[in-house]
Amino acid sequence: MSEQIATPAKRTIGGKLLIAMPYLWLLVFFLAPFLIVFKISLSQIAVSIPPYTPAIDLAEGWQGLVEAFREFSFENYIWLTEDALYWKSYVSSVVIAAISTLFTLLIGYPIAYGMARSPQAWRPTLLMLVILPFWTSFLIRVYAWIGILKNEGLLNQFLMMLGLIDEPLVILNTNIAVYIGIVYSYLPFLVLPLYASLERLDGSLLEAAEDLGCPPWKAFWKITVPLSLPGVIAGCFLVFIPAVGEFVIPDLLGGSNTLMIGKTLWVEFFNNRDWPVSSAVAVILLMILVIPIVLFQNQQQKMSEKEG
Amino acid sequence: MTRGPTWFNITSLVLGFSFLYLPIVLLVIYSFNESRLVTVWGGFSTKWYASLLQNEQLLDAAWVTLRVAFASATIATVLGTLAALILVRSGRFMGRSLFSGMIFAPLVMPEVILGLSLLLLFVAMGTARGFWTVMLAHTTFAMCYVAVVVQSRLVGFDKSIEEAAEDLGCPPVKTFFLITLPIILPGVIAGWMLAFTLSLDDLVIASFTTGPGATTLPMKIYSQVRLGVTPEINAVCTILVGLVTICVIAASLVTKRQQVQRERDERAAFGADG
Repeated sequence: MSEQIATPAKRTIGGKLLIAMPYLWLLVFFLAPFLIVFKISLSQIAVSIPPYTPAIDLAEGWQGLVEAFREFSFENYIWLTEDALYWKSYVSSVVIAAISTLFTLLIGYPIAYGMARSPQAWRPTLLMLVILPFWTSFLIRVYAWIGILKNEGLLNQFLMMLGLIDEPLVILNTNIAVYIGIVYSYLPFLVLPLYASLERLDGSLLEAAEDLGCPPWKAFWKITVPLSLPGVIAGCFLVFIPAVGEFVIPDLLGGSNTLMIGKTLWVEFFNNRDWPVSSAVAVILLMILVIPIVLFQNQQQKMSEKEG
Repeated sequence: MTRGPTWFNITSLVLGFSFLYLPIVLLVIYSFNESRLVTVWGGFSTKWYASLLQNEQLLDAAWVTLRVAFASATIATVLGTLAALILVRSGRFMGRSLFSGMIFAPLVMPEVILGLSLLLLFVAMGTARGFWTVMLAHTTFAMCYVAVVVQSRLVGFDKSIEEAAEDLGCPPVKTFFLITLPIILPGVIAGWMLAFTLSLDDLVIASFTTGPGATTLPMKIYSQVRLGVTPEINAVCTILVGLVTICVIAASLVTKRQQVQRERDERAAFGADG
């Protein structure tokens, strides 16, 4: 610890420059863009290139800045509350993400549990098998499901061959396909942290419970589940947060009545070319996600403190 | 957890991994389908791969994508490694929590927000959009992933080796290249590969930040997918999946061998010491 405090005093100009590089990069390409989004969300749409009237014109100096603050308009935000499409998209994104997260947990828990209970020698291979799909393209994995879920697709062919159904099931272009897509794409994000916390679980606790005559299912509920809770929470956040803003899955697998805010933003931007409104949509989405993001980071911090 | 697997555990593993891999396996199988109808098997054929080689638009897009991915992964690895060193080594400095916030936020931030905000930045700066803007955008979010990967490597790092070198009069820059870098190299390589594949995959951020003449492969695939499923796309996807799988497996074998070698070296060094 004394080392860490001592180092900054020794820092040379070169060292300072090294720190400055990634810092400046993120300030310019990550933080500044958000301020611009916020600024443009307060501007008016205009038929020009770029298609908005700037809310702040720095060329006019201080006077221009003061003038601009007076002209800031919250019209885009008011518009978002007036048109039902937007708030319906927000609500339905959160609902779809929550339902998908629940299903991911129900499918992911037995996988992570099975991995943690498997012989030591299998574990690196199993871990690799969970990580590998994460490296293959998201777009490709979503695309693969189109061929499976189509009316004349492989799933319907298979079910009809078995004689389970007479008419093809309509799955593609419904919300069910979106759930399947999210569960499939985000499953590794949930399994990895969950496996990490299940693997650390002290097996002697379960043995003690068994010796004292506790049935296995009860031991599972009373010991395994509470102790794996940090992994469950971390995994659920990792699925839920990006799923709320998902675009590719609802666009390719969902139907015209699948409302998700990522898709709404995309249409607003690319089809309607309304940059100010899509900026306002992004600002609100960010405000909705800030709560789970902060909760997630707090939880991560608590976990790392416990380990240390 | 030490107890052996039950039938329930094995069944859930088999079902779970089938769910993860079956769609990709089916995609690969149907790329060798003779029939143009993707879901009806018409016999084995490699004609879709041959027709890929004729498709110049697709090849152009692939070339743009590879260049973007290579350049952005390389810059992101340098910046991300520096960022990881700062996070682990620098102790307190002004704006540290802002810095770590900016490293972790892009990992969970929806891509539509990142893409939109970067585009608006490029428009505000008056930059012509194309290859360079996509490359800068990819560098920005990929460097955060590199930072996280390298950071996890740095945390388990034995600082005493570095201190020994400096005590013996080795200048800091030389210490970095002779001692620090070789030890964190597996993390740096893994970071580069992750950055490369992230850039190779990205549709949303590239769509926002690109301009005329810089259509990437995912954008091309996406616009074709919207028109329907074709065996040609299955073939492109199969090639991409194959490439990534080979790279990941090779990298994990290399890092494993390096680790074994390093541990042996360290044991030998300490053994000679005592």
